[in-house]
Parts: sequence; C-alpha cells; structure tokens
Amino acid sequence: MASSNLSMPGRRFVIGVPYGWLLIFFLLPFLILLYISFVDMGNDINPFKPIWDTSTGLLQLKYENYWSIFRTSEGGPLFQTLYIEAYLRSIWYALCTAVLCLLIGYPFAYFIARSKPSVRPALLMMVMLPFWTSFLLRVYAWKGILADQGVINQFMMAVGLTSEPVQMLYTNVSMLVGMTYVYLPFMILPLYANLVKMDFRLLEAAYDLGTSPFKAFWLITVPLSKAGIVAGFMLVFIPSVGEFVIPSLLGGPENIMIGRVVWDEMFTSNNWPRASALAVVMIGLIVVPLALYYRYTGDAAEAKH
Amino acid sequence: MKAWFEKHFGKVWMAVVYAFLYMPLLFMVVFSFNSTRQDANFTGFSFRWYEALTKDTKIVEGFWLSVQVALVTGVLSAVLGTFAAFVLVRYRRFLGRTAFSGMVNAPLVMPEVVIGLSLLLLMVGAQNVFGWPERGMFTIILGHTLLGMAYGMVVVQSRLLEMNRSIEEAAMDLGARPHEVFFLITLPNIAQGILAAFLLSFTLSFDDVVISEFLSGPGVNTLPQVIFGYARRGINPTIYAAATLLILTVTIVIISYSVWVARQTRKREREIAAATRAGTTAIQPA
Repeated sequence: MASSNLSMPGRRFVIGVPYGWLLIFFLLPFLILLYISFVDMGNDINPFKPIWDTSTGLLQLKYENYWSIFRTSEGGPLFQTLYIEAYLRSIWYALCTAVLCLLIGYPFAYFIARSKPSVRPALLMMVMLPFWTSFLLRVYAWKGILADQGVINQFMMAVGLTSEPVQMLYTNVSMLVGMTYVYLPFMILPLYANLVKMDFRLLEAAYDLGTSPFKAFWLITVPLSKAGIVAGFMLVFIPSVGEFVIPSLLGGPENIMIGRVVWDEMFTSNNWPRASALAVVMIGLIVVPLALYYRYTGDAAEAKH
Repeated sequence: MKAWFEKHFGKVWMAVVYAFLYMPLLFMVVFSFNSTRQDANFTGFSFRWYEALTKDTKIVEGFWLSVQVALVTGVLSAVLGTFAAFVLVRYRRFLGRTAFSGMVNAPLVMPEVVIGLSLLLLMVGAQNVFGWPERGMFTIILGHTLLGMAYGMVVVQSRLLEMNRSIEEAAMDLGARPHEVFFLITLPNIAQGILAAFLLSFTLSFDDVVISEFLSGPGVNTLPQVIFGYARRGINPTIYAAATLLILTVTIVIISYSVWVARQTRKREREIAAATRAGTTAIQPA
C-alpha cells in the first residue's frame, strides 16, 4: 500500500539511480579486484596478464597470488610470511585500540548518561566537535606532542620525571595513542546511546539490598549494556584493521600494517595481482567479525520476541 | 562512598577525557602563533605561519581543489544518499533488495585502502577501454561519493524512519499527487537530515587522504594529500595555522547548524500547536 504512492516509472527511477551507481562504482570495481587477484603479474606495459590463455583459448585461474600470502615458497612452511605477520599485527593493534577505547570510553559514556538531561546534548556535542575537524590534522598534532623535543617530553624533564627525552614517537605507544584518540568517539557514542536508555532504578534497588557500587555496576550495568559494548567494539575494531594514515604518521618503521603492505605492493612493487589478493583477504578479515556480530545481534533481537 | 564516587570520580574522568580529546586542537592553535619553528616552547606571538600559509602555493591550490571536490561530493552524496534511504525505507519489496542494502552499507565497513584500490583498478580499466577518465579531480569525486553516499544514506534514513507518515497520507487523501507529496511534505520533513548528510560527506571528503591518494593523477593534490606529504617529512607550523583556521570554520558551522536545527524544531512545534488549536476550535462549535 504505502510503497504504491509513486507510479511505476517513478519508482523505477528512484530505485534505478542509486542501484545503477552502486553496480558501477561498488560491485564492478570489486569484481575487477577479484579478477586481477586470480591472474599472473604482467610486464611493464600491462600490469597483469589476461585470464584467457590466448594460445589455447582456455580460462586459467592462478592461485599463486593467494598461496604467496600464506607461504614464502612452494612447499615451504605455512603462515610464516611477512604478509601473515602484517595481518596479525593489524588485528592485534586493532584489538588493543578497541580495548583501550572501551576502558576509557565506558566510564565516560556512563557519566554522560548519568548527568543532568539538560547538559547531555552539550557534553555530546563536545565529543563530536573534534571528530568534525580534520582527522589528519589531529593525528599530525600528536607528532608534535609526542616528539623527543615535544611538549610531553619537555614537561617530564621539567618536572624531573626523566633526565633524557623518552622516545614515544614512531613506536607502538604513539601509534596506539593516535588510534585510540581517533576512534574514541566511535566507542563513546554507541555506549552512550545504550546507557542513556538504562533504568538506573535497578541500581538503586541493588544498593538498597546492600550491594556494593562496584558489584552492582558489574552485575547490572555491564550486562545490560552488552549491546552497546559490542557495537562500539565493532565500530572501533573494523576501521582500525585497515588503518593506513595513523601508522604511516605515528608508527615505527618495523610496524608495517596490512593497509600499508597493500599500498606498497601496488605502487612500489607494481604487483597488481598480489595487491588485489591481499585486499581480498583483507575483506575476508572484516567480513568474519561482522557476520558474527550480525548473528549475535540477530539472535539477541530474536530472543527479545 | 557511592555519592563521592559518582560525584568526583565522574567529573575527574570526564575532565581527563575531554582534555585528551582537545589537547591536539589546543596544541595546534597555540603553536600556530609561535614566533619560531619550536614545538614545545612558546617563544613569542607572531602571525608568520599564517603569512607562510598564504604564500604556500601547494597548500593554497590543494585547498581550492579540496573545496571543489568536497562541494560536489557533498551534493552528490546527499542526493544519492537520499535516493538510497528512500528506496530502503519505502520500498520494502523489489528485485535485489538485499543486494542493494548490502552494497549501500558496505563502504561503511570496507577499509579505505580496499575502496581506493578497487576504484583505481576500475578507472584504469575504463581508461584502457574508453580512453576516459583521466585520473584527477573527477575520479577523486567519484571515490569520495561512494563513501559519502553510504554515510548520507544512514543519516537521511534515520530522519525518514522518524517521520510521521500520516501527514503524507493526509496529503494524498486531500488529492496531492505523489511528486507533490514528496516535494511539499516529505522533503521539508527530511531537510535537516539531507543537510546533515551534505555536511557529513563534505567533511569526509575534505578530510580524506587514502582514497584521494589512490585516485588522484600527477600534479593533482587535495589539501589532505599536501598535508600528508608534509607531515611525513617533519614538523611544520604552517600546518598548525591551516588547522587553526579549519577548527574555527568547523566550530562556526557546527554551532550555526545546531542553532538552525533548534530553531526549526521550535518553529515546527509552534506550528503543530497552532494547527491543533485551530483544529479543535473548528470542531467544537459542531
């Protein structure tokens, strides 16, 4: 009934415009990526060979690009390549970032949710405001703050905490600081949205029955906000895995993340098929936790009914 | 104990996190006025980095390119995002709906490196087959719009879902044609969402490095690309000056937008109240 308020050609137009756009600029590029990941590397003029063998006219898929991700040589040990290391490193740092964001963001979101309703919009807007100013510039600023001659080192030396500058820039620390800083709002907002709906009378009841605040928090608030925790975790974890800019600016040279590896394969080694294969595996890395997430939220929605 | 915990620990925690969020911004604003290149000591007040900024042709050119790219991206994303949101909210059944919804949402979770790489492969392929498009502003806009459309869709979708459908039904019952219903009723109701979609995709585009790096051609560099290039080399207070101007602009835009939204909401509430009053007095005499 409701959807019949447009005539058929109008309806076709409304659906057709975004659909066509997505087919050309989302699906087609993805199919090309998939195609190139299954062919041989070409020469200087053609970066990759066609999938049809011109002499026999047969279709030939090449799996070498994928194999080379998992082992260095034919018959060599599995999973001991630089690529696998980069994937694992990316996942590890993404997990660390998500955990740090949760530890910092959870109490923060909780206190905003428990503050007076009249000040909440202002408090939230203050979280969003840095988010709207350039992400690149904010990451860049950390370079100046964490540098050997930077503000933090100068401060620590002035106070006498250390006599020599501590190297923070271009280490895991600076990279994690940058990632946590950038993704923190993505954790705070879903947590807040969840916590603000919570019935805090449940906590009062627990207090009245003699539960300690910490125990009440652990037994009531945390389980009730599980959906918010999972959502925030995903919102931080997923973009962190593929992060390219923050590791390039703040990370050390030994900590190459998978986004950078794809970039280098494409532009430095000029190996388009392998870059494509690496990107396809990267999509797989993102899809698995997402599928689990949707299953989890789907189950939760079903359980409610 | 409980009261102390809630009152003080909360305030301290919030203050520390806000300090963390604002420290880099404050840092850049302060040191953009520094008289020397130093990063840790404020040696004196000066506008020299602002002067250097206006003379830096790479930054100035990058800025104008970014403004153009972001404007076109913002408009395209708001339009396409509105279309996509409309399709998802209003058309419950059509061939390939699941695929459509998957494709609209996918850029939200796809790593930018993958989006950039796959679009680059498309553009190279298109250039081999049709001799078009040259990599540059046009291809950057296409890449940014793919991402902006997804974000725009999410924003407009939430407005559409909140909207009260009965006004549209009332207009239709009174004989309005479908396109009249859309332009007179639906569009004004979701205007806030469309504007937010524009602002969001404008910001995303104005800020994007990765997709631009993949899709830009030789000599075509957006502002973030220029800054990214500088940033890899070392500290340059000119960038702090650029950042300060940006922070100022964003603050003004956000505050004006919030004021506009608040005013719109109040106006609407007044109109509804007036209409309800008029309605009741019209009915009462009978």
